[in-house]
Amino acid sequence: MASIQINHLSKIFGQPKAVEKAVQMLKENKDPKEIGLETNTTIALNDVSFTIEDQELFVIVGLSGSGKSTLIRCLNLLNQPTLGEILIDGQEITQLKKQELREYRRKRVSMVFQHFGLLSHRSIVKNVEYGLEIQGVDKETRTQKAYETIEIVGLKGWETKKPHQLSGGMKQRVGLARAIVTEPEILLMDEPYSALDPLIRREMQNELLTLEDYINRTIVFITHDMNEAFKMGDRIALMKDGKIVQIGTPQEFFSKPADDYVIDFIADVDKTQIFKARNILRKDQLLVRLNEPRQDILEKMDEAKVDVCYVVDDKNGYLGQLNRDKIAKSRMKTVEKFVVHIEPILRNTYLKDLWNRFENYDENLPVVDSKGKFRGVLSKDDMISVLAS
Amino acid sequence: MFNFPEQLIYKISDFIDIGVDWVLSNMRGIFDFIRLIILNIFDGTEFLLSAIPWWAYLIILFVAGWRLYSIKTGISLTLMLFAIGMFGLWDMMIYTLVIVVISVVVSILIGLPIGILMAKSKRLEKILKPILDGMQTMPSFVYLIPAVMLFGIGKVPAVFATTIYAIAPLIRLTYLGITNVNKEVVEAGLSFGSTPMQMLVKIELPQAVSTIMTGVNQTTMMAMAMVVIASMIGADGIGGEVLIAIRRLEVGRGIQAGLAIVFLAIILDRVMQGVVKKFERSV
Repeated sequence: MASIQINHLSKIFGQPKAVEKAVQMLKENKDPKEIGLETNTTIALNDVSFTIEDQELFVIVGLSGSGKSTLIRCLNLLNQPTLGEILIDGQEITQLKKQELREYRRKRVSMVFQHFGLLSHRSIVKNVEYGLEIQGVDKETRTQKAYETIEIVGLKGWETKKPHQLSGGMKQRVGLARAIVTEPEILLMDEPYSALDPLIRREMQNELLTLEDYINRTIVFITHDMNEAFKMGDRIALMKDGKIVQIGTPQEFFSKPADDYVIDFIADVDKTQIFKARNILRKDQLLVRLNEPRQDILEKMDEAKVDVCYVVDDKNGYLGQLNRDKIAKSRMKTVEKFVVHIEPILRNTYLKDLWNRFENYDENLPVVDSKGKFRGVLSKDDMISVLAS
Repeated sequence: MFNFPEQLIYKISDFIDIGVDWVLSNMRGIFDFIRLIILNIFDGTEFLLSAIPWWAYLIILFVAGWRLYSIKTGISLTLMLFAIGMFGLWDMMIYTLVIVVISVVVSILIGLPIGILMAKSKRLEKILKPILDGMQTMPSFVYLIPAVMLFGIGKVPAVFATTIYAIAPLIRLTYLGITNVNKEVVEAGLSFGSTPMQMLVKIELPQAVSTIMTGVNQTTMMAMAMVVIASMIGADGIGGEVLIAIRRLEVGRGIQAGLAIVFLAIILDRVMQGVVKKFERSV
């Protein structure tokens, strides 16, 4: 459970006195480029504000030098912001004391690095358990946890090898395992797949999307590749010169690009390769339980003014759906007999692979994640409008 | 006209003399104490190294050369050590080795922490860098003077001068090894919430170990060079043999002792470099 709220964040690199001067000049609304030249500083982030929702996969995209790496390093304070504040679940973190900061890094946030940042003198399992080791977790527990996590990322059998014996893709799996073994609320990924070759990269992207269903984390993902950004992101922020140019869902980038820079940036993106059910699904459906009385359900549906509601179990697992017309006519106390199960769609399915489902079907299709949890519905109209635009 | 003007000549040597005199007359006790400690360590180490029989040295060296390199290297290193014994210089070699070993150990004990502090503190880095440069360009004879003043003649000032002369590369390479640890690896350590001590012990030192070992190797070589010069202030050993040969103009004896020094240096260097390579391979 962690939302991230960033308010007026700026980061200026340089000598302390020069930075002070640059801050002063920024407040006088001078041109950042001129300030940089005059004070010999680098303004990497310039008054950035936005919010990342809990459990969102949020992608920050931009060319090198746009400030995206600086921004992600502010979230675990590897970079100390010059101005502004960062609220994690409402708690301000930029003013944490040393001990508090260490606790924050140990328990709540972890990071995956572009060039892996593995400890070359340690075996894979020792790398993975590092985060637990420095927290003082006993050896047996941490080794067991490390083994489990290594299995999750698909490296079973490689535990006692050294990093230099692994390929790039495998190294990054170790980096990922090391980051999730401490069960942080926030996972920061700094261009994690940029150093990998295209085939491995695609494989890792798909794996992360599946893994995401199981770990329920807020993920901040950095990339310079627009295709990757749209493929991975629930929402995307496009950065340029330390500022955010546009922020929104992939769909919004196509339907209303903020300016010519955005249009330029998304020109090469192949929509059929990136849009997945999750990008356009409709949320906020009426959910009911199987054991609820028929009358209650009817009332709820009337209150919400819907004709269809969805039946889920206590973990929000999809069971089926109910039609108002059918249950309204009945006299039974329960609705069990009327539940219609329609084969749900996985939320990471590409839209191009879903045409056949809509061929003779005009109603909304239920969408679930790989754990079977109900996530929303997909409408035929939405799909046509996205792919046609 | 072309000569340096008389009135501008101002010698600092007098002041240094006054300073040293003051130190000697007021801190005699401390130096006597240090002298006693070094003397005891020296005798202890010499006793230990002499307790190992000569053939055991040959066997250990052969196995080390074989394991670290190849059988061929093992054999040639062993032959060199054998030659030193054959020249009748075995006991002197042990004596020289004692001075080198103590100097290197003391250098590590003092140099490692200084190198670490230097990597951590910008201010200390600024102060120490020129001092280290100075120490490495200062003619080695100069170190003999304060050594003799503080500790008189004999093996104690020899150990002292050798250590001071040899410590610089160890400090420098420890500093270099720690500051050169990959930036992302350091960031990774920080991002998991390591304390400064955990960073040092679990990440920085293990990552820097091969560079530090190179420093130990260089320090050993510097100590080997200095130990010969230290014979001028009363240290025995192979260096003493060279000194005698020079005084009596005995060319053969001098070359023989010189060869022994070269052999000993090669043996120490090869073994230590082999160890460094082992570390590099495992990192």
